[in-house]
Amino acid sequence: MTDTDVEYDETVDARGAACPGPLMDLIGKMRDVDSGTVVRLQSDNDQSLTDVPEWVDEAGNDLLAVEEGDEHNEFYVEKA
Amino acid sequence: MTEHIVVVGGGTGGTVLANDLADRLDAEIDAGDVRVTLINDDPDHVYKPVWLYVPFGQRKPADGRRPLADLVDDRVDLRIDRVTEIDTDAKRLRLQGSPRSVGYDYLALATGSTLAPEEVPGLAEGGHNFYSESGATELREELLSFTEGTLVLSVVGTPHMCPAAPLEFVFMADSWFRERGLREDVDVVYTYPIQRVHGNPHIAEWARPLMDERDIRVETFFNAESVDPEAQTLTSMEGTEVDYDLLVDIPPHSGVDLIEEAGLGDGWVDVDRHTLEAEAAEDVYALGDTADTGVPNAGSVAHYQAGVVGQRLASEVRGRPLTATYDGKTLCFIETGMDAASFVEFDYEHPPSPAPPSEKLHWSKLAYNESYWLTARGLL
Ligand SMILES: Cc1cc2nc3c(=O)[nH]c(=O)nc-3n(C[C@H](O)[C@H](O)[C@H](O)COP(=O)(O)OP(=O)(O)OC[C@H]3O[C@@H](n4cnc5c(N)ncnc54)[C@H](O)[C@@H]3O)c2cc1C
Repeated sequence: MTDTDVEYDETVDARGAACPGPLMDLIGKMRDVDSGTVVRLQSDNDQSLTDVPEWVDEAGNDLLAVEEGDEHNEFYVEKA
Repeated sequence: MTEHIVVVGGGTGGTVLANDLADRLDAEIDAGDVRVTLINDDPDHVYKPVWLYVPFGQRKPADGRRPLADLVDDRVDLRIDRVTEIDTDAKRLRLQGSPRSVGYDYLALATGSTLAPEEVPGLAEGGHNFYSESGATELREELLSFTEGTLVLSVVGTPHMCPAAPLEFVFMADSWFRERGLREDVDVVYTYPIQRVHGNPHIAEWARPLMDERDIRVETFFNAESVDPEAQTLTSMEGTEVDYDLLVDIPPHSGVDLIEEAGLGDGWVDVDRHTLEAEAAEDVYALGDTADTGVPNAGSVAHYQAGVVGQRLASEVRGRPLTATYDGKTLCFIETGMDAASFVEFDYEHPPSPAPPSEKLHWSKLAYNESYWLTARGLL
């Protein structure tokens, strides 16, 4: 379903979680990882399409790619 | 053969469930076909909502405690012990205080949440919280002597118990300082991890204008990364800094280790959000804060879920189809000051729509707190 070639180190599977669950799961993971780590977030909540980029921007991290799929979306975020 | 139902955790969810089962299955229990055991690691039942009022001197911690033995039906075997291991293949539990393991046919987990302030450096030393009995008592002393400066309420961890409580705390603090003529000398600041003041957009939209009206300063997108208790500053992952004179925090929460060790979830049990059955094991249910359903961690949720699990377990032991399901029902009174409150009710399908704050709703919340003990006994 996804065809991105972004390499990632960690995955956060937040499929099924209601808003703001996916964003909070991502924030929790970013808290734990070192700078330079790429985290893949999987979310089937549409609100994530706005929430996640806004937060990533605010926190100064990098959103490397967003893959929109039929069942869920994937966000690739690199910790600054 | 006797079917053994074991409930772990004697807080709101576990106590209501054990009493519900005693009532629903009274004939089977009296005939010796069913046995219900409730295991809790504290001889007392603790009603946590009382802690919101402790810092303001309106309640004392003892008002939130009663011996479980007084609340639980005589048909339930009550064991005061800590469960240290769950083996869902062998259907057995290990206990801290006993060399003998306990077998079960059906297991219901209601172990609630634990606080994990140590996840944020400096938080335990620099902050205060009203999410524990001792925390609420210490915060009362701090608040009584706090007459000027910046009070920061920081929501550090989500999900956390009672998502309304941080809003309630700042509204109550605002009104408490006003009543005492100190509000001009006290800045109240509220920080929240995402871009609004509450996880639920409908509640956030309702609360934000009230906060602005009352001069409660808001910092959103604020995920506390560290606290410097010497300099009295709070730094966020987003790179902002907030100074405080008194820091009140909603600390990160975690589930209990034994759930992860049993392969049932990462501290919270992964469940079907309608049936409350564990995804990873047979004949295991979870309810209340322990069940990962995405609904708020609230006592009202634990209460409704206990009714659903009670009905399902009764159908199980009677060999009937399991029809009861949980629809996400949540009910919350939200204090908006010292003498007014709002009220919300919602479920998986229907979003909340907060009621206009009134004195009547405030008294309804206090009345509910008083009648809670009847709820726990299964009488309400
Ligand atoms: C300050 C505050 C205000 C609140 N206000 C409200 C409110 O107004 N309305 C509302 O609906 N909710 C409110 N809540 C939330 C509510 O208290 C919780 O959501 C509710 O208690 C959850 O019930 P529970 O049965 O899941 O867990 P709990 O009530 O926390 O019970 C868990 C029990 O399990 C026991 N336990 C844990 N591990 C083990 C083990 N290994 N072995 C044996 N026993 C174990 C614990 O000792 C405890 O007795 C508030 C919470 C706080 C902190």
